[in-house]
Amino acid sequence: MTSADLSVQIGQLSLRNPVMPASGTFSEDLAEFIPLNELGALVTKSITLDVREGNPGPRLAETAAGLLNAIGIPSKGVAQFIAETLPFYRNFTAPLVPSISGDTAAEFARLAVLLSSEPVVRGLEVNISCPNLEDDGKSFAMDPVQTYRVLRQVRQATRLPVWAKLSPNVQSIAEVALAAQEAGADAVVVANTLLGMAIDVETRRPKLGNVTGGLSGPAVKPIILRMVHQVAKVVRIPVIGVGGIRSAEDVLEYLMAGATAVQVGTYNFVHPQGMVEVIAGLQKYLQRHGYASVRELIGSVIT
Amino acid sequence: MRQALGVVRRNEWVNGRYKHLTVYAPGLAQVSQAGQFFHLLCGADVTSVLLRRPMSIYQMDPGRDELHFLYHVKGEGTRLLAEKQVGHTLDLVGPLGHGFTLAAPWRHVLVVARGVGMATLAPLIASARQRDVAVDVILSARTAADVLGEREFQAIGARVFTVTDATGSSQPEAVRMRVETLLGQGHTDAVYTCGSARLTRMLGEVANRWGLPGQVALEEHMACGIGMCQGCTRVFRREGSAVHLRVCREGPVFPLAEVMDA
Repeated sequence: MTSADLSVQIGQLSLRNPVMPASGTFSEDLAEFIPLNELGALVTKSITLDVREGNPGPRLAETAAGLLNAIGIPSKGVAQFIAETLPFYRNFTAPLVPSISGDTAAEFARLAVLLSSEPVVRGLEVNISCPNLEDDGKSFAMDPVQTYRVLRQVRQATRLPVWAKLSPNVQSIAEVALAAQEAGADAVVVANTLLGMAIDVETRRPKLGNVTGGLSGPAVKPIILRMVHQVAKVVRIPVIGVGGIRSAEDVLEYLMAGATAVQVGTYNFVHPQGMVEVIAGLQKYLQRHGYASVRELIGSVIT
Repeated sequence: MRQALGVVRRNEWVNGRYKHLTVYAPGLAQVSQAGQFFHLLCGADVTSVLLRRPMSIYQMDPGRDELHFLYHVKGEGTRLLAEKQVGHTLDLVGPLGHGFTLAAPWRHVLVVARGVGMATLAPLIASARQRDVAVDVILSARTAADVLGEREFQAIGARVFTVTDATGSSQPEAVRMRVETLLGQGHTDAVYTCGSARLTRMLGEVANRWGLPGQVALEEHMACGIGMCQGCTRVFRREGSAVHLRVCREGPVFPLAEVMDA
């Protein structure tokens, strides 16, 4: 049986398949487990302008079918990232999409400028949605106006494809997605983690050093899938779905809901070879159902 | 390091709290070092236990292609692991992290183990004895019944001292006196510990004063175990400054002198 075509297009960027790691759940270390070139793209942990230590521990708490994290974007700073990390990725053909994080729109734009002059960088994921930085979990992506402002400045600072990583902790994610599109984003990534909390009843202390954190894992999938569906209905740009994926079936749900590609996050922690298995499962499904291309499934849910 | 499927050969209680798990896993014992760990998938129930559990190696048996783990049945993960029957498969990732170093010139070492920390130190003690290095072991536990490994270590020629909470002999100050007495005999080249923050602090201070190298195997909650998530990061003193290092990747064994927040 001939192989189905797994390739998808995110703006100007062609991906060999729609599966890539979610920011913060992937690093060079995974190359010891899987051939990175088999992935659709490589999305790094968010990088900041300056060095950041991240949050005090504990940074992790396992919950029912989920994982709470409050890592807090530890970062070596963009200069060291360019000098030490980027050379590693020159050995790979899968497109590298660094995630960037800043405290101000100007910082995001500065990061975009600095990374745009590096040929190995093929796109930028703009992380305006980290719930763990400060201000009780607030982020740019909670407000369409702030989202527009950051994305606009990044758009003006680079010719690279720009993906906006949105927050699920909002009233209307579709409205924020439209703001990102209006600002010139090439894709929206739906979505970052859900704000959550857990308490150790023996000590009466929060299980996370940061008190609150972001929930990921199987527990969030139905919620994010609903958001992908809502966003895909209103935007013209591609949607990248991310939340709780641990099988080819999960990927298919996201594609049918309207995602053009997906990111796998927490599952990478449990199964380092998981993404490669998910891609193989996707191929099998397409062959079994006689689809020539995975693109036929995008937005194909029957409602 | 890799992901593999092992087969459970034994999974038996050694006392009321600990179980000894033996896994047939071809090729892994040969590449494992004392102090390294495996990341175990305890069960398939993601509702209660989504993540793997890091487990240090208790014994490597290359001849039988076996890995051994000794674990305290404490939370949901280890409860699921305790239910594994002979013949069940066990999904493991590893060996992971950096293990203990035993420098060639060292002829005499001191090991201080608290509770199930002795499991992490057991393969170090075994390899030291294989190289005919003299080993003093202080085993600390809640009660005499909880002390594990006394006969096992004596059988390979280690000198074993037990201290317990029940007799008050396990208080850090009491253990410090014991350690000082042993170091005072003048033979010790290095010290090792695992299992207690208080004993780690104490041993770090003593080793520093005696000018002895020391190593500690740290425990930390982990998500990925392979360096990606940065969830197990702790602060260490390295080259004069405080640095964040991943317990899974840069550790779990660290020089005692680098530990700041034990």
